[in-house]
Amino acid sequence: MEKFVKHVGSGVPLRRSNVDTDQIIPAVYLKRVTRSGFEDGLFSAWRNDPEFVLNQEAYKKGTILVAGPEFGTGSSREHAVWALQNYGFKVVISSRFADIFRGNSLKSGLLTVVLPQESVEALWVAIEADANLEITVDLDSRTVSYSGVTVAFELDDYTRWRLMEGLDDIGLTLKQTDFIDAFEAKRPAYKPKTLPIRI
Amino acid sequence: MGKTLAQKIWEDHVVRSAEGEPDLLYIDLQLIHEVTSAQAFDGLRLAGRKVRRPDLTIATEDHNTPTIDILKPIADPVSKLQIDTLRNNAKEFGIRIHSLGDADQGVVHVVGPQLGITQPGMTIVCGDSHTSTHGAFGAIAFGIGTSEVEHVLATQTLPSNRPKTMAINVEGTLKTGVTAKDIILAIIAKIGTGGGQGYIIEYRGSAIRALSMEGRMTICNMSIEAGARAGLIAPDQTTFDYIKGKPHAPEDWDAALAYWQSLYTDSDAKFDLEIDLNADELEPFVTWGTNPGQGLPLNGAVPNPADIADSEERGAAERALQYMGLEAGTPLKKIVIDTVFLGSCTNGRIEDLRAAADVLKGKKIAPKLRMLVVPGSERVRQQAMKEGLDQVFLDFGAEWRNAGCSMCLGMNPDQLAVGERSASTSNRNFEGRQGKGGRTHLVSPLVAAATAIRGTLSSPADL
Repeated sequence: MEKFVKHVGSGVPLRRSNVDTDQIIPAVYLKRVTRSGFEDGLFSAWRNDPEFVLNQEAYKKGTILVAGPEFGTGSSREHAVWALQNYGFKVVISSRFADIFRGNSLKSGLLTVVLPQESVEALWVAIEADANLEITVDLDSRTVSYSGVTVAFELDDYTRWRLMEGLDDIGLTLKQTDFIDAFEAKRPAYKPKTLPIRI
Repeated sequence: MGKTLAQKIWEDHVVRSAEGEPDLLYIDLQLIHEVTSAQAFDGLRLAGRKVRRPDLTIATEDHNTPTIDILKPIADPVSKLQIDTLRNNAKEFGIRIHSLGDADQGVVHVVGPQLGITQPGMTIVCGDSHTSTHGAFGAIAFGIGTSEVEHVLATQTLPSNRPKTMAINVEGTLKTGVTAKDIILAIIAKIGTGGGQGYIIEYRGSAIRALSMEGRMTICNMSIEAGARAGLIAPDQTTFDYIKGKPHAPEDWDAALAYWQSLYTDSDAKFDLEIDLNADELEPFVTWGTNPGQGLPLNGAVPNPADIADSEERGAAERALQYMGLEAGTPLKKIVIDTVFLGSCTNGRIEDLRAAADVLKGKKIAPKLRMLVVPGSERVRQQAMKEGLDQVFLDFGAEWRNAGCSMCLGMNPDQLAVGERSASTSNRNFEGRQGKGGRTHLVSPLVAAATAIRGTLSSPADL
């Protein structure tokens, strides 16, 4: 995973709530067996609408998506995270994320930042006034800042450390193999197994 | 202080706990399907890692499979590649797989319980948000993304932050024609699509206890639609009776049962949040909008966004009505339906098919309406055929299909056309969920059946 320490970019205001993962990437795009190329399906149902924010020239270079509450509800598809990353987004800001989407994003290095709804609204207004507004998302200091405004956000120390170091989660867990072996040695025998097959 | 059911199961699975780090949680079972696993197996190959416990892993094909001509080569080459990739990965890593044509092929959340592999007190994951279904057995079961699928394949564990616990108490007796689906739709309408965020929900109360295992699965299945990490129900005699005799029921039954009987919330335990719902007052429930929280009793009317105080919700309702092509104030029962879908991990089990068939028997489908009946698994399909339900559906004028996720998510060819309106027993009414431009009303199997007869949203009481 790429390290994430700080990102400076411009924003894209997505004034919608309950943007579910079927909106982010519809199921018909999930047939691929790779992690790349999903940008063509990002928000596919809305991309035909010239008014849709991603179709507006001013926001074409945006790398920070600023969305309404309950972003990423629904299906667990990590393809939603990949589609946002493949398109070029590095950060998504919202006042509320669905749990599974949040987990997926932080595993894949897409930083999801929770800000109070009033800070999201202020950011929308600022971006809509100036699409080139420079926004800095600093994981080290856990702040979002733009034109003199600085807003702090919370992220637990462990996840922050993992993102800043770009660490492989599986590699970290494999260092705990002794604990896993010990746990398995004590697991009750009545717990079900899928093999051998019983019919 | 006592512990909640979720706390007990969680603590029984902590491999390692350290200050400032998530708990390392042992996973008793991982279910695999074709859509969210290919990239995980690729990751293992790239890193030279193995699957730690193939014997705690099981795969089936469901999301992307056709429901007709299942033994012919899959027509769509991209879909075919995805299915072939799963089959090859299962072979390479030594994982049990139930492929198209196999008796235990079907929607992954229908297959686990029917094999008896879903049991109380387990931790169960799958790269699918409706994994919460398995919570009906008193298990902590939740959906994960592909990175986590890979993590569990490699380590059989998952670093996880301990969720908060919520109790939803449903006391009372359901009226005739009101089902588990109506309970869960009413709960989601009450607490909203984000109401369960960060929580494991325990469903409790006399109305929950009175449900069959299949009804309990319908409830737990849609926990994710309220934003919850998982939903569960304490195991009881209904649970034990369901598992007894299933292929993978424990050989040492008494030892397992002794543990299962310890799985309940202590009387002095405290939940982080409690919510009450009166089962006596519930009516058949349907959705009118584009998220599962936008639902109302079937006797109601399409709401007027102007009446909604919260500006965000009002905007969402306006957009939903526009997308759904509905006028505020229209009685829900006047809404004309083009397609009825009976199936999915929510309502594609044998009791769902029986309930619908019972309503349809001897009737004829409404003119111009199409109805798709898609059993949740091949075993459900075979059982239904043994009972003659297939003939009831065919005589009625419905299509009788093979098992899979089908029109629930419209990944295979079973899709709605632009502007087409469905009454669907599935779980999501998102924009485009069942096909680009398609419009979905979530309903129970009973409402689905009555709607197929009358052509407008209806309950059996309207017949």
